[in-house]
Amino acid sequence: MDLFEYQARDLFEKHNVPVLAGAVATTEDEAFKAASAMGGKVVVKAQVKVGGRGKAGGVKLAVDANDAKEKAGAILGMDIKGHTVHQVMIAQAAPIVDEYYISILLDRSNRTFLVMASVAGGMDIEEVARTAPEKLAKVPVTAVDGISQAKAKEIIAQAKFPADIADQVADVLVKLWETFQSEDATLVEVNPLVKTEDGRIVALDGKVTLDDNAEFRQPDHAALVDHAAANALEAAAKEKGLNYVKLDNGQVGIIGNGAGLVMSTLDVVAYAGEKFGGIRPANFLDIGGGASAQVMADGLSIILGDPDVKSVFVNVFGGITACDAVANGIVQALELLGAKATKPIVVRLDGNNVLEGRAILTAANHPLVEQAETMDGAASRAAELAAK
Amino acid sequence: MSIFINSTSKVIVQGMTGSEGTKHTRRMLASGTKVVGGVTPGKGGQVVDIDGHQLPVFNSVAEAIAATAANVSVVFVPPKFAKAAVIDAIDAKMPLVVVITEGIPVHDSAYFYAYSLQKGTTQIIGPNCPGLISPEQSNVGIIPANITKRGPIGLVSKSGTLTYQMMYELRDIGFSTAVGIGGDPVIGTTHIDCLKAFQDDPETTAIVMIGEIGGDAEERAATFIAEYVTKPVVGYVAGFTAPEGKTMGHAGAIVSGSSGTAQAKKDALEAAGVKVGQTPSETARLMRAILGL
Repeated sequence: MDLFEYQARDLFEKHNVPVLAGAVATTEDEAFKAASAMGGKVVVKAQVKVGGRGKAGGVKLAVDANDAKEKAGAILGMDIKGHTVHQVMIAQAAPIVDEYYISILLDRSNRTFLVMASVAGGMDIEEVARTAPEKLAKVPVTAVDGISQAKAKEIIAQAKFPADIADQVADVLVKLWETFQSEDATLVEVNPLVKTEDGRIVALDGKVTLDDNAEFRQPDHAALVDHAAANALEAAAKEKGLNYVKLDNGQVGIIGNGAGLVMSTLDVVAYAGEKFGGIRPANFLDIGGGASAQVMADGLSIILGDPDVKSVFVNVFGGITACDAVANGIVQALELLGAKATKPIVVRLDGNNVLEGRAILTAANHPLVEQAETMDGAASRAAELAAK
Repeated sequence: MSIFINSTSKVIVQGMTGSEGTKHTRRMLASGTKVVGGVTPGKGGQVVDIDGHQLPVFNSVAEAIAATAANVSVVFVPPKFAKAAVIDAIDAKMPLVVVITEGIPVHDSAYFYAYSLQKGTTQIIGPNCPGLISPEQSNVGIIPANITKRGPIGLVSKSGTLTYQMMYELRDIGFSTAVGIGGDPVIGTTHIDCLKAFQDDPETTAIVMIGEIGGDAEERAATFIAEYVTKPVVGYVAGFTAPEGKTMGHAGAIVSGSSGTAQAKKDALEAAGVKVGQTPSETARLMRAILGL
């Protein structure tokens, strides 16, 4: 889960990373109140999970609370790269003398964590990495060793931070590590980290990504979920505990078991769909190993509730689960759905007890259900039905 | 021969007394795996009867090794306790630890992977994987044993069901070993580790490699193949239609920006001389053509 800037700021504050005062506002009046409470100049910042909002006009300086209200009015409701602005952050303005960069992230390639630090902050760090790699220190950190004060000092020295602020920045890095580790983050990025006129080191803007697998030990993280952004079908699927992703511009609803097989099913449908005028998969839905009647019914009802869907492809490989159990699940699911099932369904079963499974579907003889022997053949048939 | 496990492998099950652990211990025993005991902290001293096999339960992996000479551990404990279980196995110098558990926080898997590197005596497979099977010899994890038989093909895959699908497509030919390495961002054994082992395994004559979106493991594997692997390799990559920024089931299966796309992986593999199929069935046909079958 990616956080908004104001949520990142709050997490930093919780872990004693130095930040400026900031408050979130969803209306002009809230913006006015927040700016009044802060006093003086403030910055009004659009809260969207996409880069480049400054260039898009989503960050504005306001001289006082009235100005903040006006600026918030202009920014709220803006569209920034397809993201509507529902919230702004009112942040205290501070005179800045220098900008730096610092981040801790999961480095998948090397299966470890990585610290990146640079005195060239405030700009796109990928640009720095490309054009001036000598200005970006990259230091691997293992989960076992972490970042001690000594390690932080070593990293900051390697990144050639000026001596007068090195200790302060090292201290910030240790606190960022504490944030990263104790919040189960996979990314903590501060860009820019700034030096203010009065010599303080402050995290001015931050990005944080949290690990969804850690939900069980991070009860506070549930409150950070952005429900406004979730697709209605995705929200309904999540409530049923289904692993569902809606895809744009698709016509074939997909149900399968196992993440890899479902991903592959999407590809095979898109491939087969080329022959039918560009038919595409409408969703990803992995019902997992069990594939019980109830799970199948829940999955089918989500997919049949998608107006984009013209046909459905159920692709199950019986590994541990036997195909006869899956076939019974499909038959019972269609009984549960009754008149709500209205679209043709192509079923491909293979693997454990496949003959028994196919016999059950043949005997049930449901008018909407067609069987196919192979994955490629089923994909082609589902695409053909969707194109009709 | 085979890779990583064979008919002499002695297996303990961490979490054997839990429902998943019991269910899969039964299946592993039924397919001929030498399961010699289980580990559940606090339940040491019990003996569990699973289909007539009297299996001792130990409090720690070290105790289990001392009593049974086990050399493989398979982990079925829930995410909350998985880190402690794997560390217990590493501390006991268990040579091979297969972590089936899905949903382990990446800080925990990064920790036990780093810890295993420090200690240098344990190879981890997984987490979030189906395990591995050397058909007719040993089956460690949850891969169905009845799909196929022993044969000359080596298989390595991030995905469980695609592993089963590919084993099924080529079931008449058979496999030396099929390894599900898992779809998490941090895994212990990579495509490259398996490719190297298959290259060095005399029983394996050809290799199928299945990848999916996310990370750069397939690109690295392609480089490795070009440098090291002389046996024929066919490949398959899932996730061409996956949109940017959406996780496709596996925690690691996500395209971010231009990195981790299926197309980039396919291109890298083809540049290394790997024939890449458009669908799993086509990939199986490529393998048949290579073997002349």
